Amino acid sequence: MARFASLVDSLGGTPLVGLPRLSPTPDVRLWAKLEDHNPTGSIKDRAAIAMIEAAEKEGKLNPGDTILEPTSGNTGISLAMIARQRGYRLICVMPENTSVERRQLLEMYGAQIISSPAAGGSNQAVAVAKGLAAEHDDWVMLYQYGNPANAEAHYTGTAPEILADLPSITHFVAGLGTTGTLMGCSRYFREHKPGVQVIAAEPRYGELVYGLRNIDEGFIPELYDPELLDSRFSVGPDDAVHRTRQLVEKEGIFAGISTGAILHAALGIADKEVAAGRKADIVFVVCDGGWKYLSTGAYAGTLEEATTSLEGQLWA
Amino acid sequence: MAIEVRIPTILRTHTGGAKTVEGSGATLGALIDDLDGQHSGLKGRLVTEEGKLHRFVNVYVNDEDVRFTGALDTAVKDGDSVTILPAVAGGC
Repeated sequence: MARFASLVDSLGGTPLVGLPRLSPTPDVRLWAKLEDHNPTGSIKDRAAIAMIEAAEKEGKLNPGDTILEPTSGNTGISLAMIARQRGYRLICVMPENTSVERRQLLEMYGAQIISSPAAGGSNQAVAVAKGLAAEHDDWVMLYQYGNPANAEAHYTGTAPEILADLPSITHFVAGLGTTGTLMGCSRYFREHKPGVQVIAAEPRYGELVYGLRNIDEGFIPELYDPELLDSRFSVGPDDAVHRTRQLVEKEGIFAGISTGAILHAALGIADKEVAAGRKADIVFVVCDGGWKYLSTGAYAGTLEEATTSLEGQLWA
Repeated sequence: MAIEVRIPTILRTHTGGAKTVEGSGATLGALIDDLDGQHSGLKGRLVTEEGKLHRFVNVYVNDEDVRFTGALDTAVKDGDSVTILPAVAGGC
């Protein structure tokens, strides 16, 4: 069935595609979960719809209300689309070092943007949003970093879809940001297919983003439970850009830069499985398409030029 | 050859501003002890009094988070690359 009552109703059910050219051997296979096939083109549609519907159900959100959210882009874009459909006002607190495409999309969907300083990255966006929420108690902060509906969307959507399409899955690799995708999927796999290894790929940004005044300003999302991960890798912009380009060249998949970071971790796992002589079906998440990141410079020029131009930007 | 350790901006007061330093040791814990001998006070910023990694400090050996490989007992060897970063918010 590919007919839906509205755009929002078409959420999920995204394709899982094989990567015949990037998979190292016929026994160690890579599979891409194409989350760019969601309504606004990213995996964040799942969390955004789930968080809004949970708030509506609990009576916290009524037509005309104002939603507030710290977001570097995709969550905001998803929320903005749904908010406009359902008659909510949306304010996004967004670090100033995010791509122009994300800002333009948010504005087009009618969201209001409050910029937070580039130094400190999303930490500052979270801090500013928490401050605003305290000042405006009639605003509803959905708070993707701590809202159980975020992880729940992946527990009831993403992971069951993957297991149904690929019962032989051995590894699941996704990006670590709010941690919602990894926490929700991991809980589902541990209940329904224990033994699936769950691996996090975390983008490593330039120094500006880690510019805290002291260590105690550090941040760990409330949703995060390290017990639900088997390993966690930090991936720099050079590897992320290299893999993003490889994905287009070898498999025709035009993805955002965070997906390159995830693919890098997935290929590392694939190499280990080949070396160990095991069979493996490794699923990784394509978070979004590359369209929103063209202006970052990641897709043009040499790898060195691309990596340099990403310095100081929140590229995932 | 030694083990290269990348130091985040916030901890460079202990390394005279150096972005990378070198040390040695068979485990991450031993490496941090060695570094503390050269750069006084560094260990106190990374490891709590109970002997655990500080909650908001992430350490990666060859890009893998050590909390999943034995934390301070993680084996290290010459030629490895160690990265120290504060835990910050990610995601979109």
